[in-house]
Amino acid sequence: MHNVLRHPYAVVLLLVAIVMALPLLVPSTFHLRIAVLIFIFALAVIGLNLLMGFAGQVSLGHAGFFGIGAYAVAVGPTHLGVPSWAALPAGAAIAGLLAFLVGRPILRLRGHYLAVATLGLGILIAMVFTNEARLTGGPDGMPVPRLELFGWRARTPIAWYWISGVTLIIGALIAVNLIESPTGRAFRAIHDSDTAARTLGIDVARYKLVAFVLSAVYAAVAGAYLALFDALVTPATAGFLRSIEFVTMAVIGGLGSILGGVVGAAVLVLLPQVLTAFHDYEHIMLGLLMMLFMIFLPEGIVPSLARLTRRRT
Amino acid sequence: MSTLTTEHVTITFGGVTAVADVSLRAEPGEILAIIGPNGAGKTTLFNIIAGIYRPARGRITLAGEDVTSLAPHLLARRGLSRTFQNLQIFFRMTAAENVMVGRHLHEARGLLPHLFALPAALRQNRATRRKAEELLDFVGLASFADQDAGTMPYGALKRLEIARALAAEPKALLLDEPAAGCNPVETREVDGVIRKVAASGVTVVLVEHDMRLVMRISDRILVLDQGRMLAEGSAAEVRANPEVVKVYLGAHA
Repeated sequence: MHNVLRHPYAVVLLLVAIVMALPLLVPSTFHLRIAVLIFIFALAVIGLNLLMGFAGQVSLGHAGFFGIGAYAVAVGPTHLGVPSWAALPAGAAIAGLLAFLVGRPILRLRGHYLAVATLGLGILIAMVFTNEARLTGGPDGMPVPRLELFGWRARTPIAWYWISGVTLIIGALIAVNLIESPTGRAFRAIHDSDTAARTLGIDVARYKLVAFVLSAVYAAVAGAYLALFDALVTPATAGFLRSIEFVTMAVIGGLGSILGGVVGAAVLVLLPQVLTAFHDYEHIMLGLLMMLFMIFLPEGIVPSLARLTRRRT
Repeated sequence: MSTLTTEHVTITFGGVTAVADVSLRAEPGEILAIIGPNGAGKTTLFNIIAGIYRPARGRITLAGEDVTSLAPHLLARRGLSRTFQNLQIFFRMTAAENVMVGRHLHEARGLLPHLFALPAALRQNRATRRKAEELLDFVGLASFADQDAGTMPYGALKRLEIARALAAEPKALLLDEPAAGCNPVETREVDGVIRKVAASGVTVVLVEHDMRLVMRISDRILVLDQGRMLAEGSAAEVRANPEVVKVYLGAHA
């Protein structure tokens, strides 16, 4: 049984099952909307996990790439006459290109220094969205036209449920394929010992860059989905708090675990919903619970629980 | 043609000459040991060959090509592999995956076929895995293939590092104290693996403190003292050299 669970593709099958089953279990529109948010954030966190959990490089600026995707589907159709379906991949390409250009110099930095550099990058991108008011609507943000495909408009929560659910499954599948490839093995090797990785012929700088670019593309696609789903985008989409949220989701769910990314996203989307019962103390409870998670499940929810079940058998 | 040579290699640190005018040649399939008392410059010489330090004078050649001061990942491409005194294992990967990383240079690394799991990519992964299993078998670790490296015993990890280094199909293999921290049984196992590696035609250069291991397996021994070459020859010749006995072996034998 545990061998089955440890199989790299088990997480993909599990996601397929969850996405298929949820609409039957939670028929209300409100719940579907929450599921969409979880799927979208999970997609971004799976991408961030490739960088942080597998290649071992931190980024505190990923909301910047998320914001690029979001503003691409807002600005493209509104100002540039680019339809949403084309603006979305264009946004992902721009985010990937920016990551490629910025990644070369900043990925030479390690640990805390890389954290600060990526933090600066994220803040810079958010500032551009705030200041370019003519295009972006400034601090108030701007409306996002609905996604239209062959005359069909994606606006209902159930439509977005299937779009984001299927995309999450595809995103997870690609991530697993990557991890089991020479590139993915190079990521993991760099994480454990970049010294040894080098002596095996791995170009460490190049693979860090590949991880950075891929994670930026994941974030941009997720950002575009959120903007299209909300029909609104503001600079907060690309803001510092959103970056921290992504890192927190990745860490709480479990770095280096694809399923962990999904669980982390679910916990951070669901907890505030559940904790509204505590009214004024909501944020205190949220902070407290996050601390307890890290104390009792220090490797993140999924890896820590996997270890516990393995020990018992 | 010698696989690996150093020619008049010299390096100084802050005015202190750590390695002075060392020339060595290692032939295909040969086991060459570098020994000497603490501070003799063994590890420094090793690090110069491995591309970590740049010599002030002299050059290193690998299969006839000048490889002096090449970055480690480029040295690997030219056919040099190494292990580490303090293990540098990929602890979050299985034993087989560790060795699969060693195949990096021999794999097609295009990303797209892998992202979409195209048949060519899956075929390559299977071939890499098979090769890794062969190498694990070669070093006597076949039964550990799917075990997390982080949970393997120390002596097994020493051999895992050798298997991983061999996966790159090197012309020369540098071993930095391959028996350090091993008990006598584990040392014997490492010993057997090193002989098999040399028998397969790979040049082995090692730095080692365990004199019994060195005397048992080396074809030739290079003795360093205060950065200089003190003696060179077979185990018997080195053992009979009065200078060597005076500065080094006396304390051990």
